[in-house]
Amino acid sequence: MIVIAALVAVSATLVWRRDGIDGVREILTHDLALFGGILPRVLAGCLLGAFITEILPHEKVSRSLGPNSGLKGLLIGTAFGAILPGGPFTAYPVASALLTVGADFGATIAMVVSWTLIGYGRAVAWELPIMGADFTLWRIVISLPLPVLAGALGRFVYVRMYPKVAPRDAP
Amino acid sequence: MSALIIDMILWASVAALGFIAFRRGRPVLTASLREGSMDFINIVPRIALGVVGSGYIAAVIPQEIITGWLGPDSGWLGVLTAVIAGAATPDGPVVGFSLGAVALKAGGGAPQVIAYVIAWALFAFQRVLLWEIPFMPARFVWFRAAVSVPFPFLAAAIAMAIGRP
Repeated sequence: MIVIAALVAVSATLVWRRDGIDGVREILTHDLALFGGILPRVLAGCLLGAFITEILPHEKVSRSLGPNSGLKGLLIGTAFGAILPGGPFTAYPVASALLTVGADFGATIAMVVSWTLIGYGRAVAWELPIMGADFTLWRIVISLPLPVLAGALGRFVYVRMYPKVAPRDAP
Repeated sequence: MSALIIDMILWASVAALGFIAFRRGRPVLTASLREGSMDFINIVPRIALGVVGSGYIAAVIPQEIITGWLGPDSGWLGVLTAVIAGAATPDGPVVGFSLGAVALKAGGGAPQVIAYVIAWALFAFQRVLLWEIPFMPARFVWFRAAVSVPFPFLAAAIAMAIGRP
């Protein structure tokens, strides 16, 4: 947070030197309006995450999304990320909740990467009109295997980086 | 319009899960409501800094740097540039796609633009700073970013191999 604050301060100073106080004020009002619009969605995302933590049976999650869930777990994570409604304000709280209830890094990475790469919300609303159907379609087709591969790589690296945790989870 | 639909789906999901929690008993519902509100209160200051601050960061990054050097003859160096440019592109649903479209129109190669859009989706520094780090454990975020590094390159390689789009 300190790094971010410093980065913001430096950038704001640069904007001030370049565009004067008006430039600084313009960005501030625009971003404050954005912030106000985002808040309710952030609340919805936090509630969604909390409900998921409470409702989902932990054993079941760790069985289907845990370290030993295999390819199936990665596929479930990918599918879940692809159909998840909303923007970052839902995806990250939900991903965080999944980690809490027993999903491993691999399945959660598959979910987050799938949400960014093949989530339909952004593709339909923005990519299609801006980039055109041809590009969007091929981009998504090429992206399809990536979440599973990223999750598998994540799992592969994770067990080797934190081997102490592994024996308990090993089959 | 699409924002309204997304909001409706979002709150409908919240209501549905809330109802399931309620069926499990009042304590479950109140516990999750309290938990969710606490998360919200904790996250608001970070998001305030992120949203209000990231506008300034975005304002000082020149866009020509992002769209330059992505030509079809730029090869793997162009892909590498595209990945770095994608990560440096500010977040927001439109920015990355618009710049990608500009690069395509300006004669950018398809594999390079694919790599650019995918790197933007995976690493856009603003989204990572503003959304991912506040909500997720920091260790997860760095780990996720690190294992994602090969994939824009892989996507570019696939695009080169199949000759599409």
